[in-house]
Formats: sequence, structure tokens, C-alpha cells
Amino acid sequence: MREDLFLKDFLDRDSLRQIQFTRLRETLERVYERVPFYRKSFDERGVTPADLTCLEDLSKFPFTLKTDLRDHYPFGLFAADMSEVVRIHASSGTTGRPTVVGYTQEDIRIWSEVMCRTFHCIGITPNDVVQNAYGYGLFTGGLGAHYGLERLGCTVIPMSGGNTEKQIMVMNDFGVTAICCTPSYFLFLAEKAEEMGCPISGTKLRKGIFGAEPWSEEMRQRIESMTGVGAFDIYGLSEVIGPGVSSDCEVKCGLHIFEDHFYPEIIDPATGEVLPPGAEGELVFTMITKQALPLIRYRTRDITSLDYEKCACGRTIVRMGRVSHRSDDMLIVRGVNLFPSQIESLLLEIEGTSPHYLIVLSRTGAMDDLEVRVEVSPELFSDEIKGLERLRNVIGHKIKDLYGLSAKVSLVEPGSIERSVGKAKRVLDLRK
Amino acid sequence: MKIPQISVFLENKAGRLAHVTRVLRDARVNILALSLADTSDFGILRLIVDNIDQAKEALAAESIVSMVNDVTAVEVDNRPGGLAAILDALEGGGVNVEYMYAFAEHRAKKAALIFRFDDPETAIRLLKGKGINVISGGEIL
Ligand SMILES: [Zn+2]
Repeated sequence: MREDLFLKDFLDRDSLRQIQFTRLRETLERVYERVPFYRKSFDERGVTPADLTCLEDLSKFPFTLKTDLRDHYPFGLFAADMSEVVRIHASSGTTGRPTVVGYTQEDIRIWSEVMCRTFHCIGITPNDVVQNAYGYGLFTGGLGAHYGLERLGCTVIPMSGGNTEKQIMVMNDFGVTAICCTPSYFLFLAEKAEEMGCPISGTKLRKGIFGAEPWSEEMRQRIESMTGVGAFDIYGLSEVIGPGVSSDCEVKCGLHIFEDHFYPEIIDPATGEVLPPGAEGELVFTMITKQALPLIRYRTRDITSLDYEKCACGRTIVRMGRVSHRSDDMLIVRGVNLFPSQIESLLLEIEGTSPHYLIVLSRTGAMDDLEVRVEVSPELFSDEIKGLERLRNVIGHKIKDLYGLSAKVSLVEPGSIERSVGKAKRVLDLRK
Repeated sequence: MKIPQISVFLENKAGRLAHVTRVLRDARVNILALSLADTSDFGILRLIVDNIDQAKEALAAESIVSMVNDVTAVEVDNRPGGLAAILDALEGGGVNVEYMYAFAEHRAKKAALIFRFDDPETAIRLLKGKGINVISGGEIL
């Protein structure tokens, strides 16, 4: 039974496209019939589900934006009767109302399946003891990972987030072999474990399944060399399903999208035009099997590209490049676009820098001020002022080279930047 | 002839220096000499202490970044021209002083100077050649 499930990652592309087409057509019909918002927007565009004669025809249909979800808060875009909806999740909006999503029993089954395929992709087996440190609750991470791990047959430890000392105790005492959490929380755990005298490298932990925040390839290398734990990226959005949209495989060369459920397109964010395979642009998903909340051409705001070549792992499902930044995370400083993840990469290129940093934006008069606070790790510390000044200058020059911006670089004491148990807080914007 | 010095990174925030000295006091570490070098944003506290290992451990337990390296201590007469005699001895030897600080010794009429040289071996050879007393850690204690 389980073997059949994993075969879905290895289908020939023609069969896969056939499945996608059938499901897409059914989904368009479902939302056209059941969701007034889609009936209206299809009618305005002059399209009906019958206009979909091949997958490429999807480009004739209108996009769905995050604001559409907010405008129909909380359940206005649901395509299932509330009697069929068995679960609600919500993502805390940074501004205003949360984004609310719903699941039918069948949706939960699909979610468990794609999460199960995610863990299989990473090489997790029923023999693994997995500590799930994603938050359980309205956030999709905890329960999403939990159901997938159980489906795969792993031993799940439902820790949820926080309580770091207990996490470390459990990791040691229960012989944990894999952990699910955000990459920034894992770094915090590793630091704390070191302090407690039981470093991660001395445990049985061998794999980390990291998601829920954008992180860089440099961060992956840093985590792996620091702890000896293989670091795998998983990707998901609650609007699409939660975690389980795509995942690294053991080859780590792009994240496999479970495209028999989530049909991806890459568009030019400015014009909305569909771009050819390999081109970088905004990732757009249509959920072709979901019942409660199938969104059509949902704009993720994530910038990436798609690779349809068969992977070295043998999987034929498409790979997306790792999303190192979301267009939502973009900061505009003195008219220059800047992503926190770029600053992270730049810092990690410097030997010995700590992965803990904070970008502080403030305003003097009409001028934006950019400050980057970096913790001074023992490796970076020098007993000479000029050594530390040199470090500051190197960071300042790198920022200047990349953006043409002068930044104030502040060296701060280790541990002084706030640690987060969930998504890392990388930006403090005092300009508002 | 070299003695260990412990340096500590300090943010320029109120109370940081006091915090470090409190940590050392609680660890029963005695500070023999100290210098604080600072810029507008951060400082480096350099210390000669009676028990370097204990100091390092206590600081690490408080997540205070420190490092240990060797410096050279030189004894001079506590009178005008004491420092000049030492710098004269080094002159022409191609040795640079990265930084230095001084403290008066409890032994009467003497002062100790702590030097960080870019080339301590050469510096010590030059100083000894001029009959200047380079002292060991034990003598300071
Ligand atoms: Zn692969």
C-alpha cells in the first residue's frame, strides 16, 4: 500500500499530465458551481471550466490573491459545506486578519499523504524516532507533520514548539533520530544543547526537516558542519495545504513538488504572463484535489524557477529552486530592494560569523537608516579593536557592494538577539 | 616570560562592565590588571587575573565572549623615563606594539607594563639584551 503511494513520485510525465488535466478540470467545475467569488471572476474574464482543453489553458483563468482570502474572511471561499469541513487552520497575519483555511476529511487524507511522501523523499523510514517541534495549533506545521509521520509509520514525539531544555532532554533520552522545526529554532537548540554539555553531535540525531521560514544554502552548510545533522528544506503554505507542497530529496538539488495535487506555474509578477520552464518568476499554485478550499492560480509571492528534468533520485515530479526569499519579505530601503535572506548569506560567507542577526530600519528625517546587528561569536572575537573594526568594515563593504547602501554594522554580545521558537524575527522596522 | 591575558567583548551599554566584574567576583577571581579599550559602539576589556581558567569558565557560563592570549609583562622603575627606556630598547628591532597598559606593582617603587607585541620573541630578546626585567606570571602574582 505504502509502496503505491511513493510510486506517484516516479510516474512518466505523460500519465502525470493526464491526471493533472482531469483533476484540474474537475476542480474548476467545483469552484465555478460552489464558490460565488470564482463564478463572478470567471464570468468577468469570459471563461468557463469547459474552456480548459489542455493544461496550458489554465493561463486564461484569473489569479487568486491573498487579499481575496482576507476579503472573504473567514469561510467565504470554501467550496465545501461546513458539515463536511473537519478542520480549520489559520496563519497569523502580520497585518490585520489571519488567513483562514479549511479541510474536509479527504483533504486531511491528502495532506497526510503529501507529508508522508515528503518524509519518504528525505529518507525518513518507519524506524525513525521523530521529534516534532513545529507548533501544534492553528499553525499548520505541527499537525501537518504529525499526520504525515504517523502515516509513514515513524515514532512521533509531539513536542510542539518551545521548552528548549525539555526538547534537548527528550532528544537524548528517547534516542531521537530526526527533528522537525524551523532552521532558526534548530540553531538555538544546538546552542542550548552545547551549553548544557550535551552537544547535538553526541546524539543519535541525523536528519533535520526544516521549513516555515526562508533560509539560505549557506545556512544549510553551516547547520550541517556545526552539528553533523543533514538539513532538509521543506516548503508549504497554509493557503495551499500547509507543509507538504514540496520537499528536498536526499540529492538536495531542488524541492520536488507533489504536482499530482498542486499544479505549479511560474509567472512574471509584473505582467502575470506564464513563463517558460527554467525561468525565474513568481510561483503560482492551483490545488487540483482539494475540496474545502481549492484555490485557482493562487499567487504565492515566492520567487523561484521550475526544473522538469528527472532528478538524480529518480523522481520525475518537477523540482522548484529553494525559495530563499518571499516577495512579502522584501524591504525597501532608500528605494533599494533588499531581502533578509541575502543579508544572511552575506554574513555566513564570513568565517566564524554567527547566524544570529537583526536588521533594524529607522528613519532620520526623510532618510532610511539601515543597521545590521551581528552577534560576535567566540571565533570572531579579537583582543584588538582593529580586528573588530576590520570585521565591521568587511560586513559594511559587502552590503555596499550588493546594494550600494551604507549600513551601520553593530557588533553585539552573543545571545543578545532574541531567539524565537518559531519563525525567526530578522527585521525590526521602526520606520512606521 | 609571557603571561596569559583574558579579553572580553563588551557592548557599550550601561552595566556591562559591572556585570563582568561581578561574574569574576562570584567566581573568586582576582583582577591584577585591567584595561578597557573602547570605540563608540563596543569595547574590549583586557584583564590579567590570578586564575585564568576559572575566569574563562565563569565568563563562558554567562555567555560572555572571551579569549585568552599571551602578553609580555615588563618591570620598570617607577620614575620618569621608565617607559622611554623600554621603547628605546625596542626601537630599530622592527617590533611593533599592538597595545599596552600599565599598573603599579605592590612591590615598592616598581611599575609593570603589559605589552602586546606583534613579535613577542624578538621583543623579549631585545629587552633582555638591554637588561630590562621581563617578568613571569608567577612574579606578578
Ligand atoms: Zn530528487
